[in-house]
Amino acid sequence: MSEPILSSKLYVGIWAALMVLTVITATVAFVDLGPFNTVVALVIATLKALLVVLFFMHVKYASERLTKMVIVCSLFWLLILLFLSLADYHWRGHG
Amino acid sequence: MADSPLVVEHQEALHHQFVDAEQQRNAASLGMWLFLGTEVMFFGGMFCAYLIYRLWYYPEFAAGSRSLDIWLGTVNTAVLICSSLTVALGVRAAQMGKRRLLVLLLLLTLVFGLGFLGIKAVEWHDKFVEHHVPGISFNADDLMRDNPQIHIDPAHTQIYFSLYFAMTGLHALHMIIGVGIFCYLTYYGWKGRYTPEYHTPVEIGGLYWHFVDLIWIYLFPLLYLIDRHR
Repeated sequence: MSEPILSSKLYVGIWAALMVLTVITATVAFVDLGPFNTVVALVIATLKALLVVLFFMHVKYASERLTKMVIVCSLFWLLILLFLSLADYHWRGHG
Repeated sequence: MADSPLVVEHQEALHHQFVDAEQQRNAASLGMWLFLGTEVMFFGGMFCAYLIYRLWYYPEFAAGSRSLDIWLGTVNTAVLICSSLTVALGVRAAQMGKRRLLVLLLLLTLVFGLGFLGIKAVEWHDKFVEHHVPGISFNADDLMRDNPQIHIDPAHTQIYFSLYFAMTGLHALHMIIGVGIFCYLTYYGWKGRYTPEYHTPVEIGGLYWHFVDLIWIYLFPLLYLIDRHR
């Protein structure tokens, strides 16, 4: 079997990290950081997403490079959607 | 050698177009990731609408967000993370051929998944009671009373709640489908269909479940945590 079997300790560790990050993000939301509240919330969400993708979804250990390419491309497409739409609405002006 | 039940089962599980089990597994997982890529774009349209309206109508989005129950939202996030752990451990149990453990973990996942949907139903019910559901009976008077320092346009508040219901609704629909998939996996796991040689359905079902978890990881801060400190 070339498929790696990760230890359950690792999974529990990732779970604990995700729980801690959830508590942190909910707590920090009540502290006034100005515009950085949104930034912190999104950074923490992205950290959590990375943990889930890399470990729970086994991408860190994926032997197939195509899989990683598909993921990066999906995110790239999403960024095209978000940034081009935002740019359009931003510079067109709305009344 | 051919009479060995393990080998026979292995050959049955391996479709003829693949060189070996590993290639077959990689192909299945690649296909699932492609599907998840389309799901990213599916949800992406809603995230894009959310982003644009949030930039336009920030005060209304903040007021709407503060009206959500952050406690229930945080608990639901934790419930979903627990379900992802049981899924990850379940895939591991399938890899090691531990049938009883696999079934137990899949059942636990179903419990967490249904728990999430139950809490979500309570939250939606509260919104119906508060007349925060967009439509004829929509009423934002309480939001205006609770936020006297900012000007709130009820029509813009409806946009926040429309997006709230659309995004959490689409997410909940994915959860319901996930529960269906995991009922299937539990049944066939109990029947002993999944072995260390062949457990692709558990693996890609798990990918789906983790993905639905991922969407919630972003929905939670975007919907619940806007301008909470006020």
